[in-house]
Amino acid sequence: MHLGFNLRGAWAIYTTELMRAFRTFFQSIFAPVLTTSLYFIVFGAAIGSRMSEVGGVSYGAFIIPGLLLLTLLGETTSNASFGIYMPRFTGTIYELLSAPVGVAETLIGFVGAAATKSLILAAIILVTASFFVDYQIAHPFYAVGFVLLVAAAFALFGFLLGIWADGFEKLQIVPMLILQPLTFLGGTFYSIDMLPDPWRQVALANPIVYLVNGLRWTFTGRSDVNIWMSFGLTLGFLIACVVAIALIFRTGWRLRD
Amino acid sequence: MDAILELRGLTKRYANGPTALDSVDLEIRKGEIFALLGPNGAGKTTLIGAVCGLVRPSGGTIRAFGLDLAHDWRRARARIGLVPQEMATDMFTKVRHTVEYSRGLFGLAPDPAKIEAILRALSLWDKRENQIRQLSGGMKRRVLIAKALAHDPELLFLDEPTAGVDVELRRDMWAQIGALREGGTTIILTTHYIEEAEEMADRVGVIDKGKLLLVEDKRTLMARLGRIEADVALAQPLSEIPAALSGFALELSDDRSTLIYRSADAGGDGQGEVAALIKALVAQGIDFTGIDQHRSSLEEIFVRLVEAN
Ligand SMILES: Nc1ncnc2c1ncn2[C@@H]1O[C@H](COP(=O)(O)OP(=O)(O)OP(=O)(O)O)[C@@H](O)[C@H]1O
Ligand SMILES: [Mg+2]
Repeated sequence: MHLGFNLRGAWAIYTTELMRAFRTFFQSIFAPVLTTSLYFIVFGAAIGSRMSEVGGVSYGAFIIPGLLLLTLLGETTSNASFGIYMPRFTGTIYELLSAPVGVAETLIGFVGAAATKSLILAAIILVTASFFVDYQIAHPFYAVGFVLLVAAAFALFGFLLGIWADGFEKLQIVPMLILQPLTFLGGTFYSIDMLPDPWRQVALANPIVYLVNGLRWTFTGRSDVNIWMSFGLTLGFLIACVVAIALIFRTGWRLRD
Repeated sequence: MDAILELRGLTKRYANGPTALDSVDLEIRKGEIFALLGPNGAGKTTLIGAVCGLVRPSGGTIRAFGLDLAHDWRRARARIGLVPQEMATDMFTKVRHTVEYSRGLFGLAPDPAKIEAILRALSLWDKRENQIRQLSGGMKRRVLIAKALAHDPELLFLDEPTAGVDVELRRDMWAQIGALREGGTTIILTTHYIEEAEEMADRVGVIDKGKLLLVEDKRTLMARLGRIEADVALAQPLSEIPAALSGFALELSDDRSTLIYRSADAGGDGQGEVAALIKALVAQGIDFTGIDQHRSSLEEIFVRLVEAN
């Protein structure tokens, strides 16, 4: 408190948010696990068994990082956005605003809880995947680090979305109409090297390509793009979100009348 | 007297909305109960919101405990509690947890004994493991009070604490608010039940259209603006007021069977005048069957003030 940081306040937000997530544990974990399993059955087992290797690994193993991101990006974004949107919607935000809690505590609480939940989800998806396909993680340390980075960045992005949105539709539009298509087109199911020339250049403009390939490198050791560019872009995205949120809190936009 | 809260020129204009606060100057004394009265839309909630960080002021300064809220908000807010007007709680949380959460938000270590004491004082202990949605409206309101008390605030804002609370419970809450004051908490409350202010407040402020019309000690206000009225029911109707009574501020009712006395605004020695009037009636041999004497309430004063604005 006297250091200008309310550690207990951040902890209170973090634990309460996690508790809220566990209250709906089955909806929030079971649904993504089911969807991912279906992808693995269809693409990994059924189609993958008829395909040759892609990028040095079996097709099933090739799509794991992309499928993981597909779920992770959507779930992290919507969890974090609902986390901050609900208090605005129900009015319980009054307590946060009236407490000795600033940007740092709020972010660590809400974003930390959303990111934690995503990490749990990622672990469950990877375990689920192991029932359908054989895969190895070439660089486990980088894999954990990259998933952590992505979870934090998209939790921040979701938080931003939850502050910007003024209705439930907007909360759902961004994950469904932007993130999901970009992830599908971002090389989840194919290597962009397979694309003919104009489309390869177009694909490289899709930021998700760098995320998918970054994570794929940590799994298979191969990537279509420069791996440092992947890490750099993700980190840059994270920092951009933090700056935007700090500005919003400074002006009180959409939180204070 | 020490000012625990000091507002200077506090102004709030909502984006394409009204001027909800118009250069309000106000000092709240340490340890008092201050009642803020005003009709709907007067700016009461906005004023509270400005101090508690829910509303960004458009102008003016706020100092609490001698700290400028624009800079030292962290230290100041840690010592301020708020019970909002609107019901806002996470309906699926359990009572005990939501109060513990509030204490944590304000940066304090868990203190189960303290939480128990608060819940018991508000008759919520038996409901501690219930989800908030399972409680009645009055209980939910008390949960909001419990949350606001979880960090032992020195300055407590109660925005219509007893709206929608039954009579018995309201008296209960008055007693609890009184007990908080005994414990040294400074309390600022808004209410539409003027008898509530009359019962509890040390000082009263009247706000209307964002302007603070007056701030005064409740007793002084009632003495200054309160009137004494006496209705004398006559045994026989009078055709006119006798000349011998012309020194009194009297009126005859339409049916001429009641003499109505009304003291001047400042109250003065209204009661003494009524006594003199009765003696004069006896001396004149004017018979009467009853006297009804009363003092005008804070409510009447309030209505007059707001109508004049
Ligand atoms: N968020 C807002 N945006 C725009 N105008 C607002 C907002 N909140 C309040 N107002 C306006 O500001 C004025 C003061 O409102 P406020 O809520 O402070 O009144 P109040 O005295 O608390 O009224 P009540 O007794 O009904 O609770 C009103 O005209 C109201 O319409
Ligand atoms: Mg109000």
